[in-house]
Amino acid sequence: MSGSSTYQPQNGFLKWLERRLPIGGLVHSSFVAYPTPRNLNYWWTFGGILTFMLGVQMITGIILAMHYTPESTMAFNSIEGIMRDVNYGWLLRYVHASGASMFFLAVYVHMFRGMYYGSYKEPREVLWILGVILYLLMMATAFMGYVLVWGQMSFWAATVITNLFSAIPGVGDIIVTWLWGGYAVGNPTLNRFYSLHYLLPFVIAGVVVLHVWALHVAGQNNPAGIEPKSPKDTVPFTPYATVKDSFMIACFCIVLAWLVFYVPNYLLSADNYIPANPAVTPSEIVPEWYYLPFYAILRSIPNKLLGVTALFSSIIILAFLPWLDTSRVRSARYRPLFRQFFWLFVIAAVGLGYLGSKPPEGIYVVLSRVFTLYYFAFFLIILPLLGIFEKTRPLPNSISESVLKAKA
Amino acid sequence: MKIKNAAFAFALAAGIAASAAPAFAQLAEQVPPPRQSWSFSGPFGQFDQAQLQRGFKIYKEVCSTCHSMNLLSFRNLADPGGPGYTEAQAAAVAAEYKIKAVSDSGQPIERAGRLADHFPAPFPNDEAAAAALGKAPPDMSTLAKARSYSRGFPWFIFDFFTQYQEEGPDYISAILKGYKDPPKGFTLPPNGHYNEYFPGHVIAMPPPLQDGQVQFDDGSPATLEQYAKDVPAFLEWASEPHLIQRKRVGFQVMIFLIVLSGLLYFTKKKVWHEVEKPREAAAGQNPAKTSI
Repeated sequence: MSGSSTYQPQNGFLKWLERRLPIGGLVHSSFVAYPTPRNLNYWWTFGGILTFMLGVQMITGIILAMHYTPESTMAFNSIEGIMRDVNYGWLLRYVHASGASMFFLAVYVHMFRGMYYGSYKEPREVLWILGVILYLLMMATAFMGYVLVWGQMSFWAATVITNLFSAIPGVGDIIVTWLWGGYAVGNPTLNRFYSLHYLLPFVIAGVVVLHVWALHVAGQNNPAGIEPKSPKDTVPFTPYATVKDSFMIACFCIVLAWLVFYVPNYLLSADNYIPANPAVTPSEIVPEWYYLPFYAILRSIPNKLLGVTALFSSIIILAFLPWLDTSRVRSARYRPLFRQFFWLFVIAAVGLGYLGSKPPEGIYVVLSRVFTLYYFAFFLIILPLLGIFEKTRPLPNSISESVLKAKA
Repeated sequence: MKIKNAAFAFALAAGIAASAAPAFAQLAEQVPPPRQSWSFSGPFGQFDQAQLQRGFKIYKEVCSTCHSMNLLSFRNLADPGGPGYTEAQAAAVAAEYKIKAVSDSGQPIERAGRLADHFPAPFPNDEAAAAALGKAPPDMSTLAKARSYSRGFPWFIFDFFTQYQEEGPDYISAILKGYKDPPKGFTLPPNGHYNEYFPGHVIAMPPPLQDGQVQFDDGSPATLEQYAKDVPAFLEWASEPHLIQRKRVGFQVMIFLIVLSGLLYFTKKKVWHEVEKPREAAAGQNPAKTSI
């Protein structure tokens, strides 16, 4: 999507079309001729994996919607109907449910990769912020999709999460009633969640287009964290990136297939196979694994308003990352101190995930607080100061030089 | 250098704290049920048809007096990958049941069950069940998936690789065998029963099965030990009727994906070889002699 196209239409029809709608040239310059840094490692294949997963979720979701009934007395049974009576319905439903988890696994790898190699820095701030928006949209979509099952955990997760908004002073209760469409989570809530769960993936697809556009304007970052300087530093997207991404997508599908066919309920809550019952609260309300770090942050603070503020801040703060990190060096390869603090951040984030699944008592609360403190300190104190005090290692002169030096 | 030391100190402190955590992990009041071996576990798991038929017999004679199984139809008994009844046998089972219906003139009637009918529930609704029994018994359609127990760290990580998905059947089996006299000092609430494996130990359901209660035609022993294997197996089929098909298709998909990944890997190597050449030369290799 950048620069003038070198596309040469091959036949009469394509020549005719190109003069009227240059879509061939757009595709060619974006996905064929587009120069990618030659030193990209396999962590850079997760963008392609995420695009693939969005497609998988949309296709399985659209077919599931043909068989699903968004009505509070029928929703649970309609999903069981899909599992039992629709041809390969079990496959569609398990791919969609496991697919959500794999989607989040990929997005977390993608985000950590961006952080490690400083992919959010000038001139890629907008690209990064679009990514944060995509992440927020994914969280909203996945949450509403989880509620559609209308099992016990769906119902109570919906109750707990929507109740977070009641912490807003003054208008909290009004907002919650408005979200519910009533005075409790019920049929109107299910209906609107269904509507939004169908809508948001298309919004995600739209923002993905912007994300890719911004990527193709700024160009990809790379493990060396320096811009390509000559044609020797890059290779064309096709066949190099295409074949590499395809290989990794196939490997990723092996893990997805393992989940779908052999351990489909590994990541699902047993309580969600009990139909929603407003009169019975499950012994433990635990969100899906991909929300657990934020759930732990919420529960580590005893005050509800402060907890909710911390929860939302922990996600919003990501959007400010390009300006919180003051270092001019992008890649952690040349930032010895940042690298240590980064891995501590990964430990804190994964640790919060584990603690989020545990009851909020004893040592779990203490550890949650330590990790929460580190989570915010990493962004607000460590990153701004590191840029000033850290002594970085010398950068290579070019990407091709870094490639040769690494193995020589 | 000071910051570097601080980072290490923090990592050390976090490490110590994390290693201390498991000591506090035994807070849950649920006793983990013992692991059983099931014919349907693992990548090539199969349902044992005779076992499913025995389990169905126990369900029909004992469980179904209190528990509903609303999501299953009589036709499911003849479905492939299930208990292996013929359609005629399933129809004969259906005919034993009385189904509430509406006559042509609009009057409520009872007629003999057909293949397409769902298993009728013992009570018209949960309130009626609770009034008769003290507490409404759970529906059995998804029970084997709706019951589980916490595996804890690090076992839940191994479970992904060992494909342990039978927490529900293990738990149900343990419950059936878990009735005991309460330990000294344990106050049992009225209408409660002590069960070792039930969370909190107080279960509303009285011991449902005793030795000799259900007789089998296939010579299997009429013991609680046997019932506690057959009932969970039957309930697993009831909640995952396509389990066999799922694992069979899964194996085919796995073979396909592994071959595809292998082919794509070598394609990638071939495509990237030209790009890798300068690096190989820099590393002292002869690019002309490196394969693909």
